Amino acid sequence: MSDVTAEVAVTVPQLKAEPTRWSLLLRRPTFLIGAAIVLFWIVCAVFGHRIASYSPLAQQLLSTNAAPSAAHWFGTDNIGRDVLARVIVGSREILIVTPLATLLGTVLGTVLGLAMGYFSGLLDLLVSRVLEAVLALPAVIIAFLFIVALGPSVPTLIIVIGLIFTPLIARTVRSSVLTERHLDYIASARLLGENPARIMYAEILPNVLPSILVEFTVRLGYAIFTVATLSFLGFGIQPPTPDWGADIAYANQNNALLSGYWWQVLFPALAIASLVIAINLITDSIEQVLAS
Amino acid sequence: MGLFLLRRLGLMVLTLWIVTLIVFFAGQVLPGDPGRAILGNLASQQSVQVLDHQLGVDRPLLTRYFSWIGGLFRGNMGISYTYRTPVEPFIRAALINSVKLGLLAFVIVVPLSILGGVTAALFHSRWPDRVISIAGLSLATVPEFVSGSVLLVIFGVELKWLPVSASAGAGASDLSQFRHLILPAIPLVFVLFGYIARMARAGTIEALNSDYTRTAVLKGIRRSTVIRRHVLRNSLLPTITVIATQTGYLIGGLVVVETLFDYQGIGSLIYKAAVGKDFPMLDAGVLIIGVVYVLATLAADLLLMWLNPRLRAEEGSS
Repeated sequence: MSDVTAEVAVTVPQLKAEPTRWSLLLRRPTFLIGAAIVLFWIVCAVFGHRIASYSPLAQQLLSTNAAPSAAHWFGTDNIGRDVLARVIVGSREILIVTPLATLLGTVLGTVLGLAMGYFSGLLDLLVSRVLEAVLALPAVIIAFLFIVALGPSVPTLIIVIGLIFTPLIARTVRSSVLTERHLDYIASARLLGENPARIMYAEILPNVLPSILVEFTVRLGYAIFTVATLSFLGFGIQPPTPDWGADIAYANQNNALLSGYWWQVLFPALAIASLVIAINLITDSIEQVLAS
Repeated sequence: MGLFLLRRLGLMVLTLWIVTLIVFFAGQVLPGDPGRAILGNLASQQSVQVLDHQLGVDRPLLTRYFSWIGGLFRGNMGISYTYRTPVEPFIRAALINSVKLGLLAFVIVVPLSILGGVTAALFHSRWPDRVISIAGLSLATVPEFVSGSVLLVIFGVELKWLPVSASAGAGASDLSQFRHLILPAIPLVFVLFGYIARMARAGTIEALNSDYTRTAVLKGIRRSTVIRRHVLRNSLLPTITVIATQTGYLIGGLVVVETLFDYQGIGSLIYKAAVGKDFPMLDAGVLIIGVVYVLATLAADLLLMWLNPRLRAEEGSS
């Protein structure tokens, strides 16, 4: 009987702590700034076509390479497409691909990490080796290899990036599980005869959830980094779909910078930087709140 | 020590073997028919079959894997689909160029990020710490092509301080080569700074809170001496491991930087191979990166053992 009460005692303060953590987060200016920027880009991704005064694909051949002006705030590119419209609508694909890829990686990594940490032994040893081998190759390179082989498309991007992130997340979850494993509530759950799946998902998972959440936001930042880089290299989101990375690559191919058409590179670059920095502000404040 | 080394080497070989499986699977199984990929959709089935036979890709998978692996042991990394010559000389030349660029980036970033991390730790939770931590984290996740493009505009195009291409040309002096490599090295420095500074900061904070530091302070030793003798010596050890693991990210960044600055390194070699669907070249390049990474982590582990008497004793007793 005492085992049952011990288990209850562990879960109750957790539930009570949840709202205070949330309000602590809302009190942090870094979190609010980060969330505001992310929200801004989400609005752009959803309503982009209605917000932009031009179509991102419309070519105005009479005003090519136009500098920023009242008509075109961010100027135009070499075939007269409005850079502002492309920056606004360019948020769409990346905000579809990166959260889904990160979510896939987080779910798979959590399942794998829980099993590795809980069962240890041979499974842990074998999977650890495979994970280490995947980690020996930089994410961009391994994504490259698979995307070249499979051909670039949105589903391929999501799956490949999700799978690349799986080992990293599995490793984090595994080490959190290893510290939980020896605590009393696990021993009592085992003595109660709960099956491993229940212990892993109902007992351990809620306790390692905070570190999974941090890992998710960290990986989301990397996913944006990776997708933008792949698009820049021509193996991510494909033109003519507006995309920040691909648009910078397109401007570079047309020697935009050498010709002084800096707006074709600068504005998409700032868009990527703002999104990545916003995610980092959120990550940083979540970490701070969890640490306090 | 001997046993540790042996186990470490064993694990390394196992990791490398799995790397070869991944590369073989992605580079030779997934792409399907290389002959068709090279000749395009319009080529006749017969000419595709002839080419496949010439390339040796019509053999069973297992045979192909073993002949590929066997070749690697003899220093034969395959025949490029594009150039129809061995890929090994291309890889060698590219690797030397990339090592130059990578080393320059490391020489700049290691002292800079350790200084940043230690400074942040000494001002723990105050504004210098917040600024360094958030700036580091942001720089680390802004893609190299973004920072590289911006730097190109400012220093290469507008101010004209530094050359816009990384290649100094054949027979250029060392100084000229160095000048050409500064601008490409900076985006790599940006990305690496965040990670290394973060580790140095965490290590320093831990050392600052330790009993031995408190003892030293209570003994009345000057703060600067405590930091130099007691804190830094302990806090910088874990940083070494991070520096080694960052080689992987560094190489990933090379693909972008070398393409952006038109530099003939392993990154641009891989990129060109990928664009041209030159799978033997791509596989060899990716494999070399895996080998470099694994060797770098091994070197870091050994260095750590040598520097840290505690670890040496623990490993010896176990």
